[in-house]
Amino acid sequence: MTDPILDVRNLTMDFGGLRALDHLNIDIQQGEIVALIGPNGAGKTTFFNCITGIYTPTSGDILITAPPRSGAVAKAERINGLKPNQVTEKGMARTFQNIRLFPNMTVLENVMIGRHCRTHSGIVGAVFRNRAMVKEEQTVVDISYRILEKIGLARFVNDLAKNLPYGAQRRLEIARALATEPFLLLLDEPAAGMNPHETLELDELITRIRDQEKVSILLIEHDMKLVMSLSDRIFVMDYGKKIAQGAPEEIRNNPVVIKAYLGEEFDAES
Amino acid sequence: MTTFSELKKSFLTALWFMFLTFPIMVIRVNTIDKIVIWRWRNMGYVGVASFFLSLAWRYFLRRKEAGSKRALSRTANSQTLLERISSERRYKIPAMTAAAIGIIMFPFIMNSYQTNIMITALMYVVLGLGLNIVVGLAGLLDLGYVAFYAVGAYTYGLLNHHFGIGFWAVLPLGGALGALFGVLLGFPVLRLRGDYLAIVTLGFGEIIRLILENWNEFSYGPSGIAHIARPSLFGLKLSFFGEIRYLYFLMIGMVLFTIFVVNRLQNSRIGRAWIALREDEIACQAMGIDKTRTKLTAFALGATWAGMVGVIFAAKTTFINPDSFTFLESAMILSIVVLGGMGSILGVVIAALILILLPEYLRAFSDYRMLLFGAIMVIMMVFRPQGIIANVRRSYNFKKVED
Repeated sequence: MTDPILDVRNLTMDFGGLRALDHLNIDIQQGEIVALIGPNGAGKTTFFNCITGIYTPTSGDILITAPPRSGAVAKAERINGLKPNQVTEKGMARTFQNIRLFPNMTVLENVMIGRHCRTHSGIVGAVFRNRAMVKEEQTVVDISYRILEKIGLARFVNDLAKNLPYGAQRRLEIARALATEPFLLLLDEPAAGMNPHETLELDELITRIRDQEKVSILLIEHDMKLVMSLSDRIFVMDYGKKIAQGAPEEIRNNPVVIKAYLGEEFDAES
Repeated sequence: MTTFSELKKSFLTALWFMFLTFPIMVIRVNTIDKIVIWRWRNMGYVGVASFFLSLAWRYFLRRKEAGSKRALSRTANSQTLLERISSERRYKIPAMTAAAIGIIMFPFIMNSYQTNIMITALMYVVLGLGLNIVVGLAGLLDLGYVAFYAVGAYTYGLLNHHFGIGFWAVLPLGGALGALFGVLLGFPVLRLRGDYLAIVTLGFGEIIRLILENWNEFSYGPSGIAHIARPSLFGLKLSFFGEIRYLYFLMIGMVLFTIFVVNRLQNSRIGRAWIALREDEIACQAMGIDKTRTKLTAFALGATWAGMVGVIFAAKTTFINPDSFTFLESAMILSIVVLGGMGSILGVVIAALILILLPEYLRAFSDYRMLLFGAIMVIMMVFRPQGIIANVRRSYNFKKVED
């Protein structure tokens, strides 16, 4: 087995006296779809915020091994304490639980923002509009449009993001994250608020992203049907601790997991 | 459209206003003859006026709501006349030509007083466009913008006074110093946003003004610096009118240069990053944009224009003192940006011309000037909060992949 692309070791996060994450160990292999589940308040989003640089964890290691782009040797890197934009540059892009698009920008511009960290033109280029900058700008537009076509949002290209239907906004977040050329896509409750039909489309979209774009995926989700059908492996959290991990079938029948979600049996009787 | 209930509402409004204004509009006490004069006619005027005003107010509110619904369903005609002129080519070219001829002819038709007012207005156009970068594009509410204006003005004033350095040498230097102060202000406020940012920038503006007012050895305090040299034109000796015209065309050039640069900036990678920062700071960072750098460039580039206009201001008035750089100036420039439409270049230009020229031409009503000014602001914010010309996102050309 090769190095995992994301290897989280003993990650701990304290908010004052509250231990939100408690010695968490999670690893993701290249090409996997991994789900992170748990009851509300288990610390799933805190975990996301820690590995994407929004919070700096109290202790522990977050190691990433980006797949080498051209024959170079992959090397593990510790990314604790990097800023969110640096994490994104390293190749981990995320979406948000409550949609965070740029509401007054067009759909295409939203995706173009994702290209920001892969382009370089500065103030001088912007003012003098030299050939390199014009070319770069056109490439950004073309790549962004192609991503929208893949995600199935091409017909909304010039609409403002705030005017999109809900399901399309969720997909646009994924498109924007993909534009940063990630090797790992972190989806925070992508199916929240979607109807069964939209959820089915999302299932298909996520599998397609993994297969065609060679992007590994880590998702937080409450929709168990989606989680079970989609993921290769599942991690279960409760009170900041990992309580179980394994393939969907194992998790489904794991008594600890059932207890965490439903409470113990005699609780219901008493 | 006007139903009975509408009339009733307006009638009640009229009654209420008659009651409220009763003590000041109706009763007048003559303290010499010790009698009270009852001016009942005034009460009638107030009643009639407030009745019709409230009818009109509600009518326009209804129209505005209908308008915003129409805009959502995306039918045409929801643009205003100005927006149509600025977006459609067949109106745009004749309008631009007419404007260009007007601009060139202006100082030759009008007298020196009018030209001088126009120069002031043009200075505010550039200030508005500069602040537009910070407030309109990057969404950082800056209430101390005038500080950078002061930095530019004092740069020229002091350098000219002590070393006799000419206008053209100081102009870029003023811009650079403005940018430097922009970064200086930017660093401590990187973590702040919204109201807190506004308060800190307000404080910064006041600090600069107080330093200039109290540090006598450096800035000559409230008495200011006099006899600053006007801009030179290859060493030519200009007449009084010639100098005003020269300054006018210099300002026109400055405005065009600013529009050119700001327009290119806002349609570039950096401009998009600013707008993303305005829209959602956390998402913007998560998408790989360096927040620190983006904010500092916005502050620096915004302040550059203020610095350069400051140099021109010192050269125009030939005298500067701290009184020219009060908070009121910052508020004025901010009003220009808000009234014109956040992020919209044409809107800011028009708003600057209106807000600076209107008070000058309304000197006949000078007692009511501020009243009118306030009324215009209130009415604008109620009926057209997006500004005179709303910023329209541009669409890009892209290749469709057929497969």
